[in-house]
Amino acid sequence: MSARIVAPVLMGLVMLALWEGLVRAMAIPPYILPGPILVTKTLISDWGTLWPALLVTLRITLEALLAAVVVGILLALLFSLSRWIELSLFPYAIILQVTPIVAIAPLIIAWVDDVNVSLLICAWLVAFFPILSNTVLGLRSVDRNLLDLFELYGASRWRTLLDLRLPAALPYFLGGLRISGGLALIGAVVAEFVAGSGGRESGLAYRILESGYQLKIPRMFAALVLISAAGIAIYLLLSLVSHLLLRRWHESALKDE
Amino acid sequence: MPLVRVRDVSQVFANGVRALDGASLDIEAGEFLSVLGPSGCGKSTLLRLIAGLAVPTAGTIDWPQGRPDLGFVFQEPTLMPWTTALANVALPLKLRGVVRSEREARAADALAGVGLVGFEKSYPRELSGGMKMRVSIARALVTAPKLLLMDEPFAALDEITRRQLNTDLLELWQRTRFTVVFVTHSVFESVFLSQRIVVMSARPGRMRSELAISAPYPRSEAFGTSADYAALCRLTSARLSEATVA
Repeated sequence: MSARIVAPVLMGLVMLALWEGLVRAMAIPPYILPGPILVTKTLISDWGTLWPALLVTLRITLEALLAAVVVGILLALLFSLSRWIELSLFPYAIILQVTPIVAIAPLIIAWVDDVNVSLLICAWLVAFFPILSNTVLGLRSVDRNLLDLFELYGASRWRTLLDLRLPAALPYFLGGLRISGGLALIGAVVAEFVAGSGGRESGLAYRILESGYQLKIPRMFAALVLISAAGIAIYLLLSLVSHLLLRRWHESALKDE
Repeated sequence: MPLVRVRDVSQVFANGVRALDGASLDIEAGEFLSVLGPSGCGKSTLLRLIAGLAVPTAGTIDWPQGRPDLGFVFQEPTLMPWTTALANVALPLKLRGVVRSEREARAADALAGVGLVGFEKSYPRELSGGMKMRVSIARALVTAPKLLLMDEPFAALDEITRRQLNTDLLELWQRTRFTVVFVTHSVFESVFLSQRIVVMSARPGRMRSELAISAPYPRSEAFGTSADYAALCRLTSARLSEATVA
């Protein structure tokens, strides 16, 4: 096994052991800081509540990511077709990006009746910008000579887009997608926090809030672990997709030689 | 009747740089012509104008025999990295709407023509610099163009690869007798390859002198080491110096 895997795993185990040791040695009560063993136990015992909550959060995350991909690509295409559209819309895309989601989430939740839809909008707002800006960059980063070549052979704008601009933009888009995957999850969690919705259809963030109110801190930690795990899983999955699509040709996917 | 008639062509870029200043040139069908000049003399601009990729600020470019099919080879291989050598070579046919089976057959033939049998499925990154340039040449020739425009195609390659490609290019040319306009800043390359050399001045570029290289083809390594060749290089070199200084 390579050092790339052994080193972080070893580090993680040492930290967990240290954490457990400290909690025991100093007799810290679980409602202040539960040890990792208790958190694991809670994760297993409360699985019946946590797992459905994880699915709710994941569903919002994936839907938001999908919407971010569709809108991001469509807007990027529109921008690449017309300089005027880009000049008029891009500043507003940036405004959407830099406005903190916690500040506008209450508005969105107040305006939109369906909580699920408002959560989706919040997560989408956070996630779409990296895809948009990266794809715009990619569509523009086309080899000038290849563009000349397409022109020389009388390629239509549509052909050039399909056979040249889109493939050239793919690595940039995938880079944006990896960032957006994590952001969509953060967006979904933040929006759930603000919405604070209860009932059967509640996500992990609500479970964290609820556990906080009820001083069920071990369950709160278990929910946090699940959110982190989900974030890591999304990142790894998108990295894998990126690798599979680029491995034959792009520098970023080549093994060190 | 020449294939291309370039008359008093000037090109001024948007930033005010005058790349060409009244350049005139006749290109005869079937000839191997080199355009020799210092860096930045507008040689590449001239090629782009002939290819129709830019419109001259002043002057005209006529095609007395009608505008033929063109092939263009850039200084870099300019391949699409996301697809195979075969698909890269087939691109011009694809853009012209040739059906898949036919364009792949013709692309495979073109690859074979540049000595790349067995590399159809290779991606550009799996090929050496010289091989990538061969793919690029195959792509330019796949439409069987009457005129091949080459913009310092071998400048970035090592000496040994360049010599091999020079020899192979001449062989291809002798086989099919397309017209070649070969832009270069190498005296040795231009003398080895061409029937005629046009020497351009430093920017703004214009034609300063012309040399005929009457040595017979096929030109082999032996020609490259002959006293004739050395004398022609000396003469060409002197013309280039005159053109650059004055």
